[in-house]
This record gives sequence, structure tokens and C-alpha cells, in this order.
Amino acid sequence: MHSITVTVNGQAYTKEVEARLLLVHFIRDVLALTGTHIGCDTSNCGACTILINGRSVKSCTQFAVQADGKEITTVEGMAGEALHPIQEGFKEEHGLQCGFCTPGMIMRASDLLSKNPNPSEEEIRWAISGNLCRCTGYNNIVKAIKYAASKMTEEVVES
Amino acid sequence: MSENYIKTPKEICGLGHRMKRKEDARFIQGKGRYIDDIVLPGTLYMDIVRSPYAYAKILSINSEKALAIPGVLAVITGKDLEAYNLHWMPTLMSDTQMVLPTDTVMYQAQEVAAVIATDKYIAADAVLAVDVEYEPMKPVIDPHKALDADAPVLRSDKEGKTDNHIWHWEAGDRTATDTAFANAEVVVKEQIYTPRIHVVSIETCGCVADFDKVEGKLTLYMTTQAPHAIRTVLALVAGHVGLSEEKIRVISPDIGGGFGGKVPVYPGYVIATAASVLIGKPVKWIEDRMENLQADSFARDYHMTCELAATKEGKIQALRIKTLADHGYTDAAANPSKFPAGMFSICTGSYDYDTAFTEMDAVYTNKPPGGVAYRCSFRVTEAVHAIERMVDRLAQEIGKDPAQLRFENFINKDQFPYQSALGWEYDSGDYHQALEKAMEIISYDELRKEQAEKRANGELMGIGISSFTEIVGAGPSKHFDILGIKMFDSAEIRVHPTGKAIARFGTKSQGQGHETTYAQIIAQELGIPAEHIQVEEGDTDTAPYGLGTYASRSTPTAGAAAVIAARKLRDKAKKIAAHLLEVSEEDLEWEPGKFSVKGAPDKAKTIQEIVFAAYTNHPQGMEAGFEAVHYYDPPNLTFPFGSYICVVDIDKGTGQVKVRRFIAVDDCGTIINPMVVEGQIHGGLTQGLAPALYEELIYDEDGNILNGSLMDYLVPTAVESPSWETAHTVTPSPHHPIGAKGVGESPTVGAPPAIANAVVDALSHLGVTHIDIPITATKVWEILREKGVAE
Repeated sequence: MHSITVTVNGQAYTKEVEARLLLVHFIRDVLALTGTHIGCDTSNCGACTILINGRSVKSCTQFAVQADGKEITTVEGMAGEALHPIQEGFKEEHGLQCGFCTPGMIMRASDLLSKNPNPSEEEIRWAISGNLCRCTGYNNIVKAIKYAASKMTEEVVES
Repeated sequence: MSENYIKTPKEICGLGHRMKRKEDARFIQGKGRYIDDIVLPGTLYMDIVRSPYAYAKILSINSEKALAIPGVLAVITGKDLEAYNLHWMPTLMSDTQMVLPTDTVMYQAQEVAAVIATDKYIAADAVLAVDVEYEPMKPVIDPHKALDADAPVLRSDKEGKTDNHIWHWEAGDRTATDTAFANAEVVVKEQIYTPRIHVVSIETCGCVADFDKVEGKLTLYMTTQAPHAIRTVLALVAGHVGLSEEKIRVISPDIGGGFGGKVPVYPGYVIATAASVLIGKPVKWIEDRMENLQADSFARDYHMTCELAATKEGKIQALRIKTLADHGYTDAAANPSKFPAGMFSICTGSYDYDTAFTEMDAVYTNKPPGGVAYRCSFRVTEAVHAIERMVDRLAQEIGKDPAQLRFENFINKDQFPYQSALGWEYDSGDYHQALEKAMEIISYDELRKEQAEKRANGELMGIGISSFTEIVGAGPSKHFDILGIKMFDSAEIRVHPTGKAIARFGTKSQGQGHETTYAQIIAQELGIPAEHIQVEEGDTDTAPYGLGTYASRSTPTAGAAAVIAARKLRDKAKKIAAHLLEVSEEDLEWEPGKFSVKGAPDKAKTIQEIVFAAYTNHPQGMEAGFEAVHYYDPPNLTFPFGSYICVVDIDKGTGQVKVRRFIAVDDCGTIINPMVVEGQIHGGLTQGLAPALYEELIYDEDGNILNGSLMDYLVPTAVESPSWETAHTVTPSPHHPIGAKGVGESPTVGAPPAIANAVVDALSHLGVTHIDIPITATKVWEILREKGVAE
């Protein structure tokens, strides 16, 4: 067993974990943050996408011990008093149906918009190409991310 | 009734409003409650040992090493289940399926044993430690060889079975059709294969079985699209071990996509349930993606020989299709009982001709069982692919524009209700309008000009049309049942004293947005704001009985039930309003939200006032409260339709097909929420693109699956998926109480032939008449090379 300290959504946790414990299982089973989902076993679907130190990572592809000392954000950490603009975009533009891929999509979009605040449709499509959705046909996910981009850009201008 | 419904104000949000979805708040904040999110105290974990062989004798199973691992409680084998007579179970098609084998495995990845442990990692370790000795046998993989005299009889467990034939089914008039073909001026013929594919809902399947030994009650949380039917099936097949229906509670929590793949009962559910009953603790089973892809129900796998007879001018006269259906080792399709080939007989399509004949033979092979939907209502996709490909094939044969050929053969709108050659009564349609609209939006004539110019320059561009007719909303109890249970569906509405409501249904959303759209239906009928109507589904202890959500049946059945239940309440509201206003019922008129006295609009009672009175001041002699339930038995199926046009460009260097534009004009009758309908269509189109260009489960001759993970089973991403264009026409269903028809599967049905037709169109001048889907870059490149045009 290994002792790790991880900050998740602003809260520090110190836990004893097996070396082989996947980060996604640590988040879901140890911390009981079940918004991060598991949709495959080969890092293809992206349902488990989270942010580690601000960059999107498929949490099924890392061990919990690799996150020692890192800052993690999951979908549960996105909203403050109000919804995060990306979450708002998904609701406003009907960017989700069953909701299973949604947390991963939101986290991936967060990474994209932090690097590219005003992405084109093609850039959005390539950015989320590691996240599978079976319900929406992606049209409205693209719109949701565009909605968030323009809202976040406005917020920056206002502040 | 229908088209002319009163548009409610935004505060009520009835039919036609683009209401934002009520369910989204939890999903966008990570608060959805899916099967794997359910953790009960003391939960044990189940994992499954699976067969590496497609067909083998099991010589021995040695669990010693597994049981020696700390934390492993049990290894369950078929022999263990045999002691309780639970080693076999019925399929929905009244065939039989192994829960766990006692002596023979029938497909690669079949369940062989199950491990129960205190932790999922320990369970996974134990799976590796179970030692199974097999004696491999030569499997039957090619369905065309399944009926050969020297093929092994796979289902030797069935007494007297001497071959691998499952059933023969036919519809139509064989003699008249043969005569029409014999006399036809033009006959076109193609072998068309709709490949074996997999729904790949992003959430896999799983369950948490929780048997309370003290109460004798089983609570089964389960990824199921049909919780009530599951409860009854469990009571019927496990009654002998003490599971009685009043003590079974099936809860279908939030479902991460279903598409038909969560209709069947998989062995994992049954083993986990048996384990919980035996051990008395909650047992959780969550399959991983490879198990899901390799062992859960497949879809399609129809080998069709299709023929169309016509005059030389292109008037279609007859259709003949002969199909070989590969069902794997058992018929575990999920069709209504009387329809072994589902609604395949919709294969006459959108066209007016008198004569058709279709026959089908189903065979056993050493592949996983299934025959589920993949977002298609009971084999309609196969049927539509056949007819829409063949219409294009005919157009190519006689040198007529495929749009023109369709216009000349469409059923006219004044012919509805239309009796099809294979016996369906199409409820309503306007096929010309839908195709005209699609052609106008995409500028069809311009595209044809562009194509001619490109072709002159050696570039490959194609335009494909599909004008499909769907058949959904199963179904009328006279013909439709699953294991004898009639395919009605239900709604129960309870309005609380303050005018807020809870409505429960026998269906179960897997992303379709029922919490919003059902609320809108009730809001329309009662005038209670949709915001104030909470919709619940999926708990058999609380919801009224229904057959579940699949085959685009929720709106046609449970949606209709909601309308009728709400109208019962409106009738009651009228009586109460008359009592409160001291007038007779005839003096009242309704607008959504209130009854007012005719000619005196100030004298009115809102629905909220009326409901409050139902609990506080109801007329003497009237039953108190404000609740209604309705079980809706549809008088007919509904027949959504549409016309799709796809434009593709083909890269001569790689063979890659690029969908440049795709317009989908759908007609699903009355639209409840346009935003939700558009979303359904976008998703369905991508699930139509998927089998058209990318997806196929491939097996080698030994029955090894060659693409059993998402690394090589190509689910389209946002990059492969084009930006879909949608539009609609509205032709209400005359028999549905609000004229709605259902839409979830139309695009999956309509898209594949539009795409395939576009690719064939791009290559037609090279003499290409047909390419089987998925039309991969490799297939196209091979053709280009063969034709000498590859770069």
C-alpha cells in the first residue's frame, strides 16, 4: 500500500492505496465522486476524463499513485455558486441525452477552452475526438462548447 | 385530433415548446445515478470467466486456486446452477439460453463461471486463477454453411434437433410475386448484407442484486429498458426457488444509453441475482467494454437476396427478398413474440405496388446470441436498407434519376390509410413533400450539375437519397406481445393539492428526455406547467405496468396513455369547476390551465384552484383526490417517415468517403419538443453513419472476434460525424391522441442507405452497382484499384 495526497476539487485527501489502483477507481470508489464515469477499458471513450493540474487526462489510464501531489478537478468541481459556462452550454444547447459521456466531454472542453478560448467547429471536433458520444451525434456538443466559449470570452471582457 | 392543438404559453410549456430538459441539472453536475454509482453496504463484486473458444467441451473447472485468494467467497459454475435448475433460461423469442454452461461453450467470450469477491480487483484476480480445461471443436461460423449436411448440430441439447435451422418465416404472396417477376420488363437483383454490429451504449450493462433474506425480497438495480417485463420474467423463471413477484423490485436507474442492447436478460444479471439470493448480500456486476462488445447482443446480421421487378419506364411492380439470418447459438432477439423477423415486412417501403413476397430462414452459428435493435424498431433497418438500395439499383439500371423514380412510385398522400402489399396499414404520410423539401434545402439540381462537372474532371462525388417509411409504436394487443404480455403501456398522474404533479410510466428513458417531454404532454392537456410535473420511471414498486422503452414506442404508447389519463382528469376538473362556479358543465369552456364560463371569461377557475378543491371542497358524491391512470392499447402502429439526401466526396488516393452534407427531413407527426426531436435525429444519424461506413463485428473462421474492443471497433467520433442538417414536415398520426408518431430510430433506419446510395452513385459510372456496408476506405480503395482509377 502507498500513501498518497491528492487535492480533488480543492479538498486535500490523504489515502492508502494499492499500487495498481486506477485513478478512476480512486475517484469513484475511494472518494465517492461518481460523476466521473467508465465507458471502456482501452482509453478510447473518454467518459473518465478529468483535469490533472488543469490538463485533461483519461483517469482510467493512470494509477492513483501517479496523482500523488497533484491537483485534480472532476465534473463535481466545475460549478461554483452558478453552473460553469460549459455546463450551462450543455444544458442550453441540448448537448447531452443519456448524460453518461457528458462529464468527460465537459472536462475535455474545459481543457480546450483554457488553451484556445475561441475554437472553430473543426478545432472543437478534433479536440473532443477522444470522447465518444452515442446519443447526440455531436452536433449539439459542438454548439454547447461554442456557447461556453462565447460566454467565457464575454466574462473575461467584463472583468 | 392533433395538428391544431392550442399552443400553450411558455409558462405552461406544452406541445411544441423547446423546453430545456429537466433531467440535465443532475447529468451536467455529475449527479446522475447510473448502475455503477449504486453502492450498498456490504456489496460483493462479481466477475466472469469467459471462454477463449467459440465451440468447445468443458472438461473440467478447477476453482481451488481462485478460492484460495483472500476475499474470494465463491466460484459459481453451471453445475452449481443446475442444482437449482437455473443453468438455462428462456430467451424473449422462446428459445433457450445458457446462464452458465454445464458441458459445452457455444461462442467466444461466453460466460463459463462467475467469481464473487469482496473487491473488484480481487474478483479480477480470481477470474485469472480459475482453471478451465477445454476440448475445442470445429465451430460453425459461416451461416451459409450452417445448414450443410456435414455441419455439426450445435443445439444437440434440444431433443430431436437434427440441423441448425431455427425457423422459417414468410410474408406476402409467393405465386403472384413469382408471376410478376416472370412477366416483368426489368428485374434487378443484388445480394445485400447488413453486417453484425453492436450498440455500444457508452455505459455498459450491469446490476446490483440485493436479496434481503429476512424479508425474502429481492431488489434488483439493473440496466434495463423494460423493468416490469424483467420482474415478471424473473418471477416466472425463478418462482421455484422462492422469488415471488410481489417480492421482486426491479429498479432501472439512470441509463447511459440503451439502443436495444439493454432489453435482453444477460446471464450476468441472472448469476448475480442467484449469488445474492444464495449469499444474502448485495452482489454487483458491471461488465467491462470488451465483455460488452464480445458477449452482449449483436444487431442485424441479415444476408438478403433482393429483387425488384418493374416496367422499363420504372414503375415498380413487385419485390422479392430471401434472407438468411445469423442468430448465433440461440435466438435471443428482442422482437414481439409473433414476429420472429420483427417488422421486416415493412420492406415494401414508401412505394405503391401490389405484390411482394419475403421469406427468411434463421440459423444457429457459434457466435453470441442477439438480434436486438441497435436503435431500430425490430429489423426495420435491414428492410429499409434493402428497399432503398434496390430502388437506386433500379434507377441505375434504367438510367433514371433516383429522385424522379421515387416520385413516380411513392404512395400518394390521398392513398392513406394505405394497405401495404405485406399487410400493414400505414396511418398517414406525405412522401412527396418530404423529398421535395430535402431536395430544395440541399439544392439537388445544382448538386447534379456539380457532380457532372466533377465527373468530367475525374473527381468522385456522389448524391444518395433515402425515402424511408418506419413502423413503430408496438403495439396493438391483438398482435403484439412479449412472452405473452401484451404491448400496451401506461401512465399514472397524481396531482397534489397545491397543483403540482407526479407522473409515473411503464417506460424507461435512456436519454430520450422523458422527464421533459412527458411533462410537456401533461402540461398541454391539463395546463399545469411542465416545470411542476415530476416524471418518474423505472421502479416497478411504484410505476404502473408497462413494457418499456425500445422500438420508438414510448411516445406512441405511454405518451398516448399520458394524454388519456390527463383527459380523464380534465373531465373530473370540469365537474369540479362546474360545482365551484355553480354552473352546468355545458356552460364551461377550456383553455389550457382553466375552465371559464362561456360568455363570462372573468368567471373562471384555474386548474390549481380546481385541484385544491378536489382535496378540500369536492362535490358530494364525487371521489376525492386528483389521480388517474391509463393503460393504452394502441389501435395501430405509427409510420414515421422521411427523406434524406447525402452528398459524399471520395478520395481517390485513400478510398476514404467524406460526407460533405447530409439533410434529414423527418416527419414524426406532431412534435412534442422540437429541440429534443432534433437531438434524437442528430444522434440517430450518427448511429446510421456508423454501420454505413465503419462498424462491423468481424469473426475469423475459428470464431475468434477480430475487433472486440473499442481500439478496433470504430465508433464514429466528432471528426467522422458530419454537421447534420435537419428539417421536418408534420403529418399527424390519425389514431394517436395527439398525432405523435415517435422518432428516435427513424434516422438510424434512414441514414445507412442514403450514405450507401451516395457512394454507389459516385462510382456508378465505373459500373459499380452495390457495395455492402460498412463501406470502409479499404473496400472503396480496392474498387478504385480494380477499376483503374485509384491514385
